[in-house]
Amino acid sequence: MEIFGISTALLGSQLLIGLINGSFYAILSLGLAIIFGLLNIINFAHGAQYMMGAFVAWLALTKFGINYWVSLILAPVVVGALGVVLERTMLRKLYKLDHLYGLLLTFGIALIIEGIFRDQFGSSGESYPVPELLSGGVNLGFMYLPIYRGWIVVAALSVCFGSWFMIEKTKLGAYLRAGTENPQIVQALGINVPLLITFTYGYGVAFAAFAGVLAAPVFQVNPLMGSHLIIVVFAVVVIGGMGSIMGAIVTGLGLGLIEGLTKVFYPEASSVVVFVIMVVVLLVRPAGLFGKT
Amino acid sequence: MSSTSNNSSSALLKPSVLYAVLFVVGLIAPFTLYPTFLMKILCFALFASAFNLLLGFAGLLSFGHAAFLGTAAYVCGLMMRDVGVTPEVGILAGTAVGAALGWVFGILAIRRTGIYFAMITLALAQMVYFLALQVKITGGEDGLQGVPRGHLFGIVDMSDNMAMYYMVYAVFCIGFFIIYRAIHSPFGQILKAIRENEPRAISLGYDVDKFKLLAFVISAALTGTAGATKTLVFQLASLSDVHWHMSGEVVLMTLLGGLGTILGPAVGGGTIVTIQNQLADSVGSWVTVIMGGIFVACVLLFRRGIVGEIQALIRRAGIN
Repeated sequence: MEIFGISTALLGSQLLIGLINGSFYAILSLGLAIIFGLLNIINFAHGAQYMMGAFVAWLALTKFGINYWVSLILAPVVVGALGVVLERTMLRKLYKLDHLYGLLLTFGIALIIEGIFRDQFGSSGESYPVPELLSGGVNLGFMYLPIYRGWIVVAALSVCFGSWFMIEKTKLGAYLRAGTENPQIVQALGINVPLLITFTYGYGVAFAAFAGVLAAPVFQVNPLMGSHLIIVVFAVVVIGGMGSIMGAIVTGLGLGLIEGLTKVFYPEASSVVVFVIMVVVLLVRPAGLFGKT
Repeated sequence: MSSTSNNSSSALLKPSVLYAVLFVVGLIAPFTLYPTFLMKILCFALFASAFNLLLGFAGLLSFGHAAFLGTAAYVCGLMMRDVGVTPEVGILAGTAVGAALGWVFGILAIRRTGIYFAMITLALAQMVYFLALQVKITGGEDGLQGVPRGHLFGIVDMSDNMAMYYMVYAVFCIGFFIIYRAIHSPFGQILKAIRENEPRAISLGYDVDKFKLLAFVISAALTGTAGATKTLVFQLASLSDVHWHMSGEVVLMTLLGGLGTILGPAVGGGTIVTIQNQLADSVGSWVTVIMGGIFVACVLLFRRGIVGEIQALIRRAGIN
């Protein structure tokens, strides 16, 4: 079967890769948006924390024989706890200052983390085996679907929608949204806002680490895997605006798909297409697709 | 108030005397230190000073200045090697390209403020990085090698390190003077007003976006100057010049030296280059960790930077 002279198998597999990349964009930009909403900082270390998630899973497997499913919980908890320590000891001191200092601090943290991992593990990358339950694939007739790749999309979408549900429909989420609107009043109403902030940062970081574990079997576990991704995610955030959770999910997936399509029709442009879209969005709708001016 | 209590020690700290002393130090420095090392410092000092015009005085954090540095480096290298122009033309071409690219970045980035501004400039610079990686003319991973230094005005042979040093020093002084003048002009005052209170500047009738854009273009142009000059010094333009690490490095230099001070970025640039030179052989990939550590220390403990702290000390001494 062919569409525009391109076989559906090729088209399908590139769209699937696009969907997978889009899932990672969605998870990471959602985490950035949640953190930004309450803390008003852009977490530059997000990419490094995603990379740490992948490495925790890899280390757990190779050093302690801990399997994938446990790592899926363990890595976010470990990395999220490190995030909580970071928030309590450093970020906390910057809230009264210009928001740019938070960006600069987390940039420095990202450099430290990346440097340490590069020193320990080199930059060639390690491979993480696909868990047995999810190995193999199914033939869908028009294309071959590796089960693990399908699992990434399902898992990513579930946690994204889970977060959406938690933020929009639960009491904790209501506190969070209220804190985003006006922290002083929420504090006056007797809610422990500093604790809420710590929890939010830890949650966002854990989210990044979860994405890292998901990514470990498909990408190389590499100290630089996060920094490449995070800059694209920044562009995604600029395109979508950080105002809405659904916006982050839709923008992330959509851009992943567009990137996949570009790979089929004009491969040379695939690494820059997200940035080009960002330029167009800035010209047409400076506040972002889902942003409020 | 201060004019009546001037003693000999504070006379030395008068700006004009200080600048004269520094100027002479720059003239005699290559007789005591390795000229290539000094030229590297001067290039980064100019780079950081140009960056500081934007961050320190207009309050705009660009995370994409590597794009201007790197593109200018490539353009200057190509002009020197493949077209065969003289070095001053190469530097001017780099400056022009920096300004043009700065205009494009500026138009897009000033549509948003604060954190978004930083993310947009970073993303645009990453786009430039990918282009530089893919386009054949830049030499991809190998970079642009064997760039000749040429003859200044077609006469003076620049392969002599001393001659090269004085040209770089002249470029630095001109660039620094332009920044100094820009800061101490009504234009610089308006930039500060915008940084302190943008709505108020708008209500006073200033076309804020125009001022921001002009600051961006000047900053990018002088960054281009630094990039082109750096290519001539090392006879090489490479991908590391356009990498986002470079954008981060210039932020660090400015922050360490003193945000919004005139001499700070140059001091910070010199310090970081020296640290990197000293550590490169001994600690390997820990350089990144150390840079990150300095970043964290600057943000948490040391926000005024080296020059800012010194100024604060002097001010405190002046009051007592």
